[in-house]
Amino acid sequence: MSMLTVESMTKQFGGLRAIDDLSFEVTQGAVHSVIGPNGAGKTTLFNLVTGVYQPTSGRVLLDGQDLSGKAVHQRAAMGMSRTFQNLQLCYNMTARENVMLGAHLGLPQSFFSSLLRLPHMIRADRQCRDRAAALMEYVGLGDYVDHETSAMPYGAQKRLEIARALAADPKLLLLDEPAAGLNANETAGIEELIRGVSEDGVTVVLVEHDMKLVMNISEHIVVLNYGQKLAEGTAQEIRNHPDVIAAYLGAAA
Amino acid sequence: MSGNMTAPVRGGRKTNWKDVVFSPRYGGLATLLLVLLATPLFIEGLYQFDIAILVLINATVVIALNLLVGYAGQVSLGHAAFFGLGGYATAVLTTRYDWPSLLALAAGVVLVAAIAAVMARPILRLKGYYLAMATLGLGMIIYLIITQETWLTGGPDGMSVGALEVFGYTVFDELVWYWILAGLLLVMYWLAVNIVESPVGRALRALHGSEIAADNSGVNVTHYKTLVFVLSAGVAALMGGLYAFYSGFIAPNTAGFMHSIELVVMVVLGGMASLVGSIVGAALLTILPQYLVVFSEYEWLVYGLILMLMMIFMPRGFVPTLHGLIRRVLG
Repeated sequence: MSMLTVESMTKQFGGLRAIDDLSFEVTQGAVHSVIGPNGAGKTTLFNLVTGVYQPTSGRVLLDGQDLSGKAVHQRAAMGMSRTFQNLQLCYNMTARENVMLGAHLGLPQSFFSSLLRLPHMIRADRQCRDRAAALMEYVGLGDYVDHETSAMPYGAQKRLEIARALAADPKLLLLDEPAAGLNANETAGIEELIRGVSEDGVTVVLVEHDMKLVMNISEHIVVLNYGQKLAEGTAQEIRNHPDVIAAYLGAAA
Repeated sequence: MSGNMTAPVRGGRKTNWKDVVFSPRYGGLATLLLVLLATPLFIEGLYQFDIAILVLINATVVIALNLLVGYAGQVSLGHAAFFGLGGYATAVLTTRYDWPSLLALAAGVVLVAAIAAVMARPILRLKGYYLAMATLGLGMIIYLIITQETWLTGGPDGMSVGALEVFGYTVFDELVWYWILAGLLLVMYWLAVNIVESPVGRALRALHGSEIAADNSGVNVTHYKTLVFVLSAGVAALMGGLYAFYSGFIAPNTAGFMHSIELVVMVVLGGMASLVGSIVGAALLTILPQYLVVFSEYEWLVYGLILMLMMIFMPRGFVPTLHGLIRRVLG
């Protein structure tokens, strides 16, 4: 069953085709990776899928539902969460509050229940507090629950983004370079974490430069080059694909 | 959820007395209540009551403005225009059209809230300096209309306003005004604490922290920006209306640029994203100029110096800096 479908999608920025007639499918319950050289259009693809950009043509489906014209927050409500290559954390909030923000859609949002502190809002928010702490422990941040976000080390901040994304109970989790800037040890930890998330039933799409990480955990890999799909398949197939080798190492043509 | 990535359990943090004393909900509210109750015992005469009442009005406006500027991170340099417009709407409706006081007051709030709601969408798309410019422009347009439409507003001379009448009772006495406005400030403070400590408040702070993160977490950014803009404008209009009744006179400078700046300085000086700070900021900046009169021609020089020194030594604002200091001493 297809969790995410990208259908002949094109994104044109002026004269540049950042994404060029791209189609692929992401099946439910596995780790999928999108790789490609710098500027291949990986982050653009994420921005198209999450609704930051609207495609020039083509469309995206989440779990069979057409996402065309849906805003970012609406797509989030449909079960899509993401993390960012350049961290997008709220440094004016504690670590736990950042995670609680991720659970926003699961909480009573009526202005009046907040204004008058109605009991159901207080109860839901308290449960959310506890769950946020549990999630932080799950991603390995049990020591940082009530810390100031800005005082956390970089690796912990990357995990915090994952905890926030998980707080929304997503069907689909998009991870934009979760290992960038981490050392080998930390990367191994992230790999473990992604594997755990996937085993808990969340479909994961990963954009990543760390080939070891990608090859280790991906069931399915899409290779982009100049916005086009260069190849698609299992880790084994991609590793031996002549076009992929050429794109990464330079063609011996 | 299971996982083998668990770190040592830290457990739920116990609430200790310091957390309660320093919490805006308990310590803050109790302190505010005590100060409001005690103040009339220490002040006397029309002049001091007049200042106290101005502090109450400003503090209420600044709390609502802090929700917009300090918490949600959306600068407004035109907020006095909402205050002035609320005042003028009340003044015009009661004196020229004989509306009852409370109805005129409500009409002013509704008018301003409607303007804010319509303007919110185009204006709040802008960020940083551009948003500041746009709100400045909106404020100037309202100010210009007030000064130009002399037939309605009395133009630059301003206009006089009748007394506030509530269910046949006319409010004249300074002490009665004091209690009315103190009650309002208390209610405003309590409601603001409720908002801040709720999912709505978290969404607002997330707009300040990272709009992208908020959006991707399912926060409807436009909705929340509009909400807090309309709320803060509406409160400003309400207080503007009450100010008009209280002073019996309203002039265009209440809607002017300098007043807008004053309000934002109160937010920043007291402490961005600090509700107690809003009250302290409003009190400091309302009271300070009264005492600087002793410096006669150097009054504004000293005033400016004090502001500069405070911002240099307390960049986060008066209350957050003090709070941090005390907590560090207490350990």
